[in-house]
Amino acid sequence: MAWIWSKTFSMSATASPAAARHRWGTTKKIRYVGKPLVFVLSLLPIGLIALRAFEITGTLGANPVEALMDHFGIWGLRFLIITLAVSPLRQVLGKPWPLQFRRMLGLFAYFYIMLHLATYLWLDQYFDAAAIIEDIIERPYITLGMSAVLMLTALAVTSPHAARRRLGKTWQQIHYLVYPAAILGVWHFWWQVKNDILEPLIYAVLLSGLLLWRLIKTRAHRSRINPT
Amino acid sequence: MLIKRADPIKPSEITSEAVYFNRRRFVQSAVAAGTLMLSGVACSKETATNTAYAGPGAGAASAPDSSSASFVADALGKLQPSKYSTREKVNSWEDVTTYNNFYEFGLDKSDPARNAQDLKTQPWSIDVSGEADNTGRFYLEDFISPHTLEERIYRLRCVEAWSMVIPWAGIELGQLIKRFQPTSKARYVEFKTLYDPDQMPGQRRRSLNWPYTEGLTMAEAMHPLTILAVGVFGKVLPNQNGAPLRLVVPWKYGFKSIKSIVSMKFTEKMPANSWAVAQPREYGFYANVNPQVDHPRWSQARERPIGEGLFAKKIPTRMFNGYADEVAHLYDGLDLVKNF
Repeated sequence: MAWIWSKTFSMSATASPAAARHRWGTTKKIRYVGKPLVFVLSLLPIGLIALRAFEITGTLGANPVEALMDHFGIWGLRFLIITLAVSPLRQVLGKPWPLQFRRMLGLFAYFYIMLHLATYLWLDQYFDAAAIIEDIIERPYITLGMSAVLMLTALAVTSPHAARRRLGKTWQQIHYLVYPAAILGVWHFWWQVKNDILEPLIYAVLLSGLLLWRLIKTRAHRSRINPT
Repeated sequence: MLIKRADPIKPSEITSEAVYFNRRRFVQSAVAAGTLMLSGVACSKETATNTAYAGPGAGAASAPDSSSASFVADALGKLQPSKYSTREKVNSWEDVTTYNNFYEFGLDKSDPARNAQDLKTQPWSIDVSGEADNTGRFYLEDFISPHTLEERIYRLRCVEAWSMVIPWAGIELGQLIKRFQPTSKARYVEFKTLYDPDQMPGQRRRSLNWPYTEGLTMAEAMHPLTILAVGVFGKVLPNQNGAPLRLVVPWKYGFKSIKSIVSMKFTEKMPANSWAVAQPREYGFYANVNPQVDHPRWSQARERPIGEGLFAKKIPTRMFNGYADEVAHLYDGLDLVKNF
């Protein structure tokens, strides 16, 4: 009911010229204020760790490689979760503007995960191919992480609007990969914790919540289309 | 380019024994002459991170002025060198005292340095029980004073695949154990950490089965490499490092070296150590450093030396953490893959 009502409401709203002017204002606000703001905020995690790396605010501590890897990894996961929260947020607010930020947030998730991967490949393993391959084969949490990276790479390369237009329906299918990638990401985090699983548990609960929301919404949507 | 490049460690930077002992003698004579200007040398962050550790004596002058730990401070003034010390480059005070696994004070490695400062370590007593003739409750002072403190510079290899070189000050556990006259039934020694959630915030959650429990075979406990430490860098042990009394077993993964000990028990049965109880598939009773036996989730073949900067490569892990000549015979006939 609420869905139908909001549909009708938004249709009638676009019909009036006043509302059209308002929407034009929103688009401008998103383009010239919202997006730059989110962009700069999204750079904060790398800015803060850079200040520590250059010893301007504190240091990276006794194990700087671990500090970098953990920082980039956790921010990659956070951005992934934030990205997955965009659709539910749009539905809760009943407004389309959150969708405008989804691509940027997703690409920031990829950005931090790439930094996490680069720290592992370079500073942790020094591009030792044999050691890296052994890790991927024998350490389940690294196998999981690498699989997630492959999936997210497919999303990142198909993120431009041109790719979306060209791929048509396939695009959406590729982008469903974000769900298994996020699950693998949390799992990867969970499996490398020594004993106390509280922190990965928090991410697991958040992710489950976001996935459950989608499941319920899809069910509700289907039952509206095919009433039984 | 994001991060400053650290210079690679040159062999010349590792203090040679001759220089080390020379410096020691100089520092000791300086202390003897009443020159106490060295105070705070190892305390100040800048000097500690940029200057090589100058050996015992340097810190004795800068022991905390609280009378609580005064007898340890006095004993540290007479700290003796040991043939068991490695000549490898010692980590900085900063590394040793800010990168700690001590779950009683939090799970993050920076937590213990923050949360352990209010731990009351005086008075401190240790309960000695079990299969021994001379058992009872002993004040820390009675535990330590009959012995001469030795400086033992040991490698420390954590099960998480990182390592440090740390100049402990302590006594041989074997020498202490002789005083308790264990009976023929004593096959193991079990140790327990203080249980006090008021002082140890990490114990308010069951991240491990408290109190932290560890154990050694009698042969391991009597081995001359095994020490009970009361100091580090020639100074009284900081709380985050396991004050006032901790075990150091250099050929085993760090979690065997139990901190803030309040109980020692001689037993016939193998003690159930906390990590082996928490994750029996991943952590065993022996926990000997062994590059050939991987942790189920990560490799133990290499380790990250702490304090070598962002661009340091990992180094190969050595059998028994490099102490194979001294301890390998303890495990003759034991399957080290099964008894990990």
